[in-house]
Amino acid sequence: MFRRIMMTALIAGALAGVFVWGVQLVTTTPLIAHAEQYEGGVVETGHDHGDTESADDGHSHGDDETWMPDGGLERHGFTLLSSVLMGVGFGFILTAVFALRGIEVDARQGVLWGLGGFAALYVAPALGLPPELPGMMGADVSERQIWWAATAVATAVSLGLIVFGGSVVMRLAGVVIMVIPHVVGAPHPAEFSEGIPAELVAQFAVSSLVTVGLFWIVLGGLVGFFFEKFENA
Amino acid sequence: MTTKVTDIRNAIADDVSSRVLPAAFALVFGVFMVWGVGFAQPAEIHNAAHDSRHAFALPCH
Repeated sequence: MFRRIMMTALIAGALAGVFVWGVQLVTTTPLIAHAEQYEGGVVETGHDHGDTESADDGHSHGDDETWMPDGGLERHGFTLLSSVLMGVGFGFILTAVFALRGIEVDARQGVLWGLGGFAALYVAPALGLPPELPGMMGADVSERQIWWAATAVATAVSLGLIVFGGSVVMRLAGVVIMVIPHVVGAPHPAEFSEGIPAELVAQFAVSSLVTVGLFWIVLGGLVGFFFEKFENA
Repeated sequence: MTTKVTDIRNAIADDVSSRVLPAAFALVFGVFMVWGVGFAQPAEIHNAAHDSRHAFALPCH
């Protein structure tokens, strides 16, 4: 089982990571670079936000001492690396769930699980913390991360209860657990950003949604496919 | 009867060591990786993973 999990997560995760990197190249990455122009910094070098202090704290872009990838190829290279690592990380989580539940899946069922991952690890947290472009205001980053993680876990648990819960009570509990983080509410900034065109923000929100949705469909399908393929590994 | 109980115990122990342990390890490892790429605060990691964090709508700045 150990080999089976390792091979499934590594191969499916890496392939899905390369895939989502390619999607980002044409969907979200150009919009991020565009938004950086409105941070008041220099844009020619790609990621160098210049000396201008952007409004958000805890953010390193204005710090010349800190390493950051050069624009162009190096930046895309690190986005590829981070996409692959993210894909492998999510791949391990999804494969672990299959193994823990002791179920056999194929590519088609994997896609359904992938959609579940998309709902728990993107859609539900994004309802409170929508996709952000550089320069947009946000509450304290640690508070947002905690709310994001709590919402993701709560949604995953609630989906499990709704889909696999044996009784009406368990399904109802699932619905309640899904709603709780949104009743508590995500941390929001005290003031809003100015200067970033609303059209850009709206385009980015949908581009991010589609990009990550495609990622989870592909990851789920690939994890299901390889988990079945490596049955005797 | 005792033999049967022992058999079941052994079967459970086998299942835990062969399936549950690797799966739990994979889960922890996966969460650790996603945390490292998506949440870790050191500026170098943030800058390297910047565009992916934004694309995945993770709290970034």
